[in-house]
Amino acid sequence: MKRHLLSAADLTREDAELVLQTADEMRSLADRPIKKLPALRGRTVVNLFFEDSTRTRISFEAAAKRLSADVINFSAKGSSLSKGESLKDTALTLEAMGADAVVIRHGASGAPHRLAHSGWVRSSVVNAGDGTHEHPTQALLDAFTMWRHLGPRNGGTLDGQRIAIVGDVLHSRVARSNALLLQTLGAEVTLVSPPTLFPVGVETWGVETSYDLDAVIPKADAVMMLRVQRERMNGGFFPTAREYSRRYGLDGRRMATLQDHTIVMHPGPMVRGMEITADVADSQRSVIVEQVTNGVAVRMAVLYLLLGGSEPAGSLAEPVETPGDHS
Amino acid sequence: MTTYLLKNVSVLGGEPQDLVLKDGVVSTGSTTEGVEVIDATGLIALPGLVDLHTHLREPGREDAETVETGTHAAALGGFTAVHAMANTEPVADTAGVVEQVWRLGREAGYCDVFPVGAVTVGLAGERIAELGAMADSAARVRVFSDDGRCVSDPLLMRRALEYVKAFDGVIAQHAQEPRLTEGAQMNEGELSGRLGLAGWPAVAEEAIIARDCLLAAHVGSRLHVCHVSTAGSVEIVRQAKARGWNVTAEVTPHHLLLTDELAATYDPIYKVNPPLRSAADVEAVRAGLADGTIDIVATDHAPHPHEDKDCEWAAAAFGMLGLETALSVVQQTMVDTGLLDWAGVAERMSYAPARIGRLSDHGRALEDGAPANLVLFDPSVSRVIDSSETASLSRNTPYAGRELPGRVVATFLRGKATVLDGKLA
Repeated sequence: MKRHLLSAADLTREDAELVLQTADEMRSLADRPIKKLPALRGRTVVNLFFEDSTRTRISFEAAAKRLSADVINFSAKGSSLSKGESLKDTALTLEAMGADAVVIRHGASGAPHRLAHSGWVRSSVVNAGDGTHEHPTQALLDAFTMWRHLGPRNGGTLDGQRIAIVGDVLHSRVARSNALLLQTLGAEVTLVSPPTLFPVGVETWGVETSYDLDAVIPKADAVMMLRVQRERMNGGFFPTAREYSRRYGLDGRRMATLQDHTIVMHPGPMVRGMEITADVADSQRSVIVEQVTNGVAVRMAVLYLLLGGSEPAGSLAEPVETPGDHS
Repeated sequence: MTTYLLKNVSVLGGEPQDLVLKDGVVSTGSTTEGVEVIDATGLIALPGLVDLHTHLREPGREDAETVETGTHAAALGGFTAVHAMANTEPVADTAGVVEQVWRLGREAGYCDVFPVGAVTVGLAGERIAELGAMADSAARVRVFSDDGRCVSDPLLMRRALEYVKAFDGVIAQHAQEPRLTEGAQMNEGELSGRLGLAGWPAVAEEAIIARDCLLAAHVGSRLHVCHVSTAGSVEIVRQAKARGWNVTAEVTPHHLLLTDELAATYDPIYKVNPPLRSAADVEAVRAGLADGTIDIVATDHAPHPHEDKDCEWAAAAFGMLGLETALSVVQQTMVDTGLLDWAGVAERMSYAPARIGRLSDHGRALEDGAPANLVLFDPSVSRVIDSSETASLSRNTPYAGRELPGRVVATFLRGKATVLDGKLA
């Protein structure tokens, strides 16, 4: 793997499969009484969050701690966009503290790219979501979740699996990263959105696109609903929340048209009643809670592979033996 | 005052000849008494370049540029006249501010500074500034622009176009439909979608240009279109000219050379407004400049302090330096490609911008009795651009590390050398 994880496009199929396999080993750790590995002992991981995202931050925090890394949470109130401390000065501060990896969430697309390539820091940079650009670890945890559910009935891969991603593609970093990674893994992606919420140039992404949710989902093996912010209404992207829900929301009626094995996903946080109804979110098909669990395993795998080396984690997967753990 | 004899100089790329610069004027005869001889063998003489679009930042942002440093950069780029844009602090929307900028230029003495007046008070786009007072001031303003902002209100634009007819002024429009470009960061296209940067669509430029051409024709006034950047804009201007409408247009050096692919670096050194466009757009603006649809090259020299570029893309300022590299970029994109000869360069970088700005002592052919405003340029050498070597206070050149052809050897303003041997005189 490369030194940084900035985009899902940074991952070859081999890289991505290594992450999934490593995550699988990491996940098995969750079933053990001692959920901790010594792999990153003495290494420092900084969670640098310029945007509030409790979910993603605690997921990375749990992942780093289970690998025995020291974790510093740096919640920067206001980026240079709002005339606070600049990204550069924040980066230099972290560098001076000896960070080995910086996990960055930022409202500006490309901020992780700048952090990695401007000579401000020497550490590995992990993109934990940048603006409307990418969120590669979300794509990895989504792929991992699909792989666990769909892989066993498909020869252990996602080859040819049909994935529908539904919602505000224009503003979604999750959609961009998923479109890239799922294609790398051989899946067939269809993006479903009202025409106003497709980015210009989406036809070059190598994915199918559709305005018609009802036509797409009966063939899908997984349906991923994206969060749609009500504020988009004010931008004129759709007339009302009700109309959006009617045309692009996943409700019980639409769920009934899915194949038996099809799973329903959502990166969270959900807007229940907007893009997904409560009965769907809480149904047997929903793997939304499992996505959260898998998020920790995948982020452990990413941090391990970026910082710890490329050998299989299995050889190192022995619980930490410290006096404290025996007490 | 030193008298210069330029030996074997190639005026506009023509046969070698001698030129004498004496008492501030050009003479084509030869003289040998008490002169400083410059061997200009292999050098091209062009009339002093005239920039219709320069940001000198003074007053208000003297951390980015001053009239003095900006005119140093201008002289090093071969310019003898620059038009200083109005978006200073305070805005150049009164006779007082334009006279201050004009006077600072005179005091610096490296390049004539012609202030551009704001069209609207405070660039706010709400009511017309005292254009007449600026026109009648010592600065004799003829070019008015809210550059950086578009005069988007169609009625206000109509009134401004009409009003400046009283003193033969021109409205230089920054064509950007504001609603279509809210939060815009880069050219809208395949790449903006991939990079997750909000798009600045070509239509936002073209819609305003089309509207303004129609308005200028309707009221019989002069319109100048700033920094044309798209193929569609070129086509609209071409049609307006074909109908005989009084419309002129400019293109920047960076829109002649660079494309939006550079945004993939997320390095805001390439962030500019209007944004870098596609390769097809670059081809179109080159063709438009070659066939005269686009009248002039204007730099849109836009200095910014380091911290405003050493950050994430969305937080960075729009704009790039241009004065010291303009002629080299034009050589690379227009001359070395065979699209223009040196006479064509003189037309587009000196004669035409001087005509649009209604300047009498600039943009004159290098003939007997003409003001001795000229540049000696060596097109046979090349140089690698080093951002630390610029005379500008700012360093935001997009060409750092690039090899560009040509070098300004000397610049003369009314017979006085402002640049000699490539250095400030």
